[in-house]
Amino acid sequence: MRPVIQVSGVRKTYGSTVAVDEVSFEVNDGEIFGLIGPNGAGKTTTMECIEGLRTPDRGTISVLGLDPFRHVYKLQDRIGVQLQQAQLQKRIKVWEAVDLWASLYRKKAIDAAHLLEQLGLTDKRNTWFMNLSGGQKQRLFIALALINDPEVVFLDELTTGLDPQSRRAIWDLVRGIRERGKTVFLTTHLMEEAERLCDRVAIIEHGRIIDIDSPQKLIDRHCPERTVVLVTSDPSAGERFRAIPVVESVICTGMRFTIRGRGDDLVAEVIHCLSENRIRVTEFRTILPNLEDVFLQLTGHSIRE
Amino acid sequence: MMMLRGLWKLTWIEIKIFLREPLGAFGTIGFPVLVFLAAGRVAGSWLSPSSLAASSLIRVGLPVFASLLIAISAVLSLVTIISIYREGGILKRLRATPLHPQTILTAHVIVKLTLTAVTLGLMVLAGKRYYPVGVHVPLFSFTIALLISTWSILSIGFLIASVVPTARFAQPIGAIILYPMIAISGLFAPVASLPPVLHALARVLPLTYAVPLLQGIWNGDAWSAHVGDVAALVVVFIVCTAISAKVFRWE
Repeated sequence: MRPVIQVSGVRKTYGSTVAVDEVSFEVNDGEIFGLIGPNGAGKTTTMECIEGLRTPDRGTISVLGLDPFRHVYKLQDRIGVQLQQAQLQKRIKVWEAVDLWASLYRKKAIDAAHLLEQLGLTDKRNTWFMNLSGGQKQRLFIALALINDPEVVFLDELTTGLDPQSRRAIWDLVRGIRERGKTVFLTTHLMEEAERLCDRVAIIEHGRIIDIDSPQKLIDRHCPERTVVLVTSDPSAGERFRAIPVVESVICTGMRFTIRGRGDDLVAEVIHCLSENRIRVTEFRTILPNLEDVFLQLTGHSIRE
Repeated sequence: MMMLRGLWKLTWIEIKIFLREPLGAFGTIGFPVLVFLAAGRVAGSWLSPSSLAASSLIRVGLPVFASLLIAISAVLSLVTIISIYREGGILKRLRATPLHPQTILTAHVIVKLTLTAVTLGLMVLAGKRYYPVGVHVPLFSFTIALLISTWSILSIGFLIASVVPTARFAQPIGAIILYPMIAISGLFAPVASLPPVLHALARVLPLTYAVPLLQGIWNGDAWSAHVGDVAALVVVFIVCTAISAKVFRWE
């Protein structure tokens, strides 16, 4: 099947600053694709080039077979957009915003009342934009992005600034969008968000894409280490653990052992060793690497720095 | 058709939002009317009722001055709103729809022209007692003349809105540029008597053409006597719109 979004060799500079450099990737139909990286990495610029809001200096972009620059209005009709840090008129009511947006698209809008209900905004339909909470504003922006029943939905830093509870609620909404057969393209600097939500992610830094794959494959590829932490009073334990072939290091502080090694076999091997030698443990947990570790591995620094 | 529906919806919502902003509505509608009433009262206490109607300052100067204030408050309000919308990303959010950018700006122009007509109407009602019943003013033509003038000054408003760095500066910068235009518009002193530099400046400003147009129409001149003024206002509009189309920033 033809990819929904094709980006090839895109470059965008602001003065002497290169915001996006030779970026290429594809987004498939029906997936949640995430562009992840720290602030200022070029995520928003890339997204806005794809949405037709900016013109790249070089490279080609195709969305739903359209050129976002030449067919910008035709494209806008078929996509839904949520922009980072956007605002609406302070004193516009929720229903007025939805009603206005519904009137802007050629396609018949979806049922606004039902949409507001799904997004938990029915009670707020007569509230001014300025009186909504951060989470309610974001849900309204999601409503505006979905009002034209778009084929592709763009979400830029959707949950930034929200409390964990609102964040989780919004993740469920985004999964709901995918379940309705839409393609979702999102950016985030939250690795947990990318890991829980995205089918595939592209890691971007300094305007360049470093790697693209599913979160799990990226972790397997770049961070194959596994760690087991356990507590035991068995005096022979340290020796036994060191004898396991896949184990690379064993650190012992008091009765607490931190065992590191590569590959999925590590955990099984440690459990096997415990049962074979009848080692009694009072605590046992495994630490798996996540996208955060992948980012650290690939760039040499944490995403928050 | 599509665009018209969007334009109508956006215009209607912008009018409602404007009316919900208590200070904005008062400043734009109330201020010119109050200035008009206060000036009329002061003048009324100096002059006897019979000379009141005869005085050309009160009969023509004051209504034209108040009308210019109406036009300029409308333009200031536009400059402020555009810069707030730009700073808040509202313009950008509206652009990320099939709406054409011109439609967004056109909606604001329609709102401001409506506002101008309404304020003029209020001023006429409020000022009725200063004008003896016999005085006949072609109100409909005068409204059209004021709308043409406002429309031309609005294009300067867009130019100002294109260059103001932040919303905080929009109102003061707009006021500094727009209000002095009244001083050299020929309303108080003939343009020809101005120093050469101001004279040259006055020739390219729309108020210099708006003032004779408004004065003339108020006095009952035929439109044919003011083709030149209207043409000049249109030229100012075209030039300013062309420049702001190049330099206007959406974000």
